Amino acid sequence: MNSVLFLVMRRMRRPLIMLICAYAVAIGGLVLIPGQDDQGRLWHFDFFHAFYFISFVGPTIGLGEIPYALVPAQRFWVSFSLYLTVISWLYAIGKIFSLVGEPAFVRALRETRFRRAVSSLSEPFHLVCGYGETGSLLVEALCARGWRCVVIDNNSDRLDDLELAELPVDIPRLCANAGDTRSLVEAGLHHRYCHSVIAVTNSDAVNTKIAVTCKLLKPDRIVLCRADSAAAMENMASFNTDHIVNPHSIFAEQMALAIRKPHVNELHRWLGARAGKPLKPPLLPPTGRWIICGYGRLGQAVRRYLDASDIEVTVIERDAAHFSETGGGAVQHRIIGSATDPEPLHEAGVESCQGILAGTDSDADNLSIVLTARDINPDIYAVARQNHFRERELFAAAKLPLVVDLNRVLAWRMLPLATVPTLDEFLACCRSQDDEWAEDLMARLRSLTNETSPEVIHVPLWGPSSQGLCEALAQRSVCLGDLGGHIDGETIPVIGLMLKRDEERTLLPDPTTELQRGQQLLLATVAHSSHRLEWLIKHSNHWGRAQRSRKAQVA
Amino acid sequence: MNLEKVLFGFFVLLALTLNVGFVYGEIDSVTHHHVWELFAALVVSLIATVLKFGDRTHLGAVLLASSLVADLHLIAAAIVWGINSQVFAAGEEPGVVASVVSLACGALVANLASVILLVVETLTLRR
Repeated sequence: MNSVLFLVMRRMRRPLIMLICAYAVAIGGLVLIPGQDDQGRLWHFDFFHAFYFISFVGPTIGLGEIPYALVPAQRFWVSFSLYLTVISWLYAIGKIFSLVGEPAFVRALRETRFRRAVSSLSEPFHLVCGYGETGSLLVEALCARGWRCVVIDNNSDRLDDLELAELPVDIPRLCANAGDTRSLVEAGLHHRYCHSVIAVTNSDAVNTKIAVTCKLLKPDRIVLCRADSAAAMENMASFNTDHIVNPHSIFAEQMALAIRKPHVNELHRWLGARAGKPLKPPLLPPTGRWIICGYGRLGQAVRRYLDASDIEVTVIERDAAHFSETGGGAVQHRIIGSATDPEPLHEAGVESCQGILAGTDSDADNLSIVLTARDINPDIYAVARQNHFRERELFAAAKLPLVVDLNRVLAWRMLPLATVPTLDEFLACCRSQDDEWAEDLMARLRSLTNETSPEVIHVPLWGPSSQGLCEALAQRSVCLGDLGGHIDGETIPVIGLMLKRDEERTLLPDPTTELQRGQQLLLATVAHSSHRLEWLIKHSNHWGRAQRSRKAQVA
Repeated sequence: MNLEKVLFGFFVLLALTLNVGFVYGEIDSVTHHHVWELFAALVVSLIATVLKFGDRTHLGAVLLASSLVADLHLIAAAIVWGINSQVFAAGEEPGVVASVVSLACGALVANLASVILLVVETLTLRR
């Protein structure tokens, strides 16, 4: 309940008892000591006057010796009482001040404020565990898309960064171990508006613990987990974690995709980007021979994906042990040595090679590798891994066609998973389509949104969010192409990306497809028009009006 | 033996005994009710209240509540007596004394409840 109040009460016990005793002694003594009235008769303080007298002596206000001048014995007693009560007051007040500065008190106060902030959230929010580089990217992107977030991190410095991040909304934050069940519950795991739990701490063990906790306590919460090792991925998959994201294999997959199907890869980037941003040209990594420098987790993942795409790969690694770990036989062309020196690069045939990936865990090495390689072969497509966000200026200055920032890779993969349901299914289907298909779709999107990234929305044809449309569907047929509607002559351009019914998915459904209740739609539209579209779909009065105006147009 | 428990029990019990000492006697006779006893009962009752601060258990909350009730009664009794004797010079009137004693009687019931709760808690602890 109210731990702050209890803490204050418990700490104030001793000073309060001291104050009560001091006043009791002072008042009692004053009543006992005989005094004289103005005519020299024997007079005793009564309790009321003694209380009154000590009350103003205690805080050293002093109103004079009333009602009669005191006798010396009384004065002795009053001077003793004066010091007694003043010291008691100082003790009590000092205790209050020291309590305010005490870490336990500050923590209790902060936790109380956090709980209040979480319970007062009245719109869907994401619970982000771990505010490292990935976490901060995610929180910023989620806020920019109008979502609320709650953050747990065990490092108070990083939470201070969050305070300074100048985000448009206030983000409740808790300094605690995110693997702790109690902190997850406090952060709103049971909250009715908790939309998803995103575990992006830098420890697989903690991420696994978060996923287990969520799946046990609240199985219907969407859980997104970062996993760095294959063992952790398997473990998380064993208890139905919704989305397990391994940054190394995600990047490797994207890179292989960019080499084989550059437009499909670009489609991923467009649909994941924030709506309304100018579209970037696709990455076109070469399909010839590649050199991978550094055979850690990233190098291994990229090698695996490139092998699967039948691309020749040469690996340069300083530590021979890395090869034996994964069964060295899999790597045909391997060179043991440091890729920052020209010799191993020459040996790997950098002159005749088309691409190089510098994927070690040292930013200095990676930059050195790509610069050396470019010196030898100026046409080489150089990709470098950036391990730390603070080095981004260096990497930008190197003018590389592609910089790998695993935190960014992770954040951009998680974002659509957390915000737009079924978008990941659509993208998975896209990956099995060919490049021309993606190119056609991109041309359509381009003309739809006027060269800016589209806004993707998910519309389930049930429930309160599509009440109006569902009511209309009960009376007559509505086609996919009608969704854009005509309000006061204005049309919202819409492309249907996917129509899903149960497990059956239709990619790019025809605009004349008739909608049915129980379906799910994934739509792409112009930036900033999703609210209007959602409003249209929700309100039934519009559907009557839309039809009338269409009839009027026909007439 | 825990010194804190001893002090706690001591003050809770002392609050009751002093209260009984003040109330005991004819209700409207000023000679049966001494002002010092009311003073002592009030001070001890306040100390007992503070000792009950910050206990998060349910029993702790009820103990604190009963103690606050006792304080309220005793302070009311002291104010009634003080005003009547100082402002109206009627501190020894049987009616005034009767109302002071009956207020203190209310505090007595609250203190009794406190002690009973304390005894019940101690008994459950033993088992």
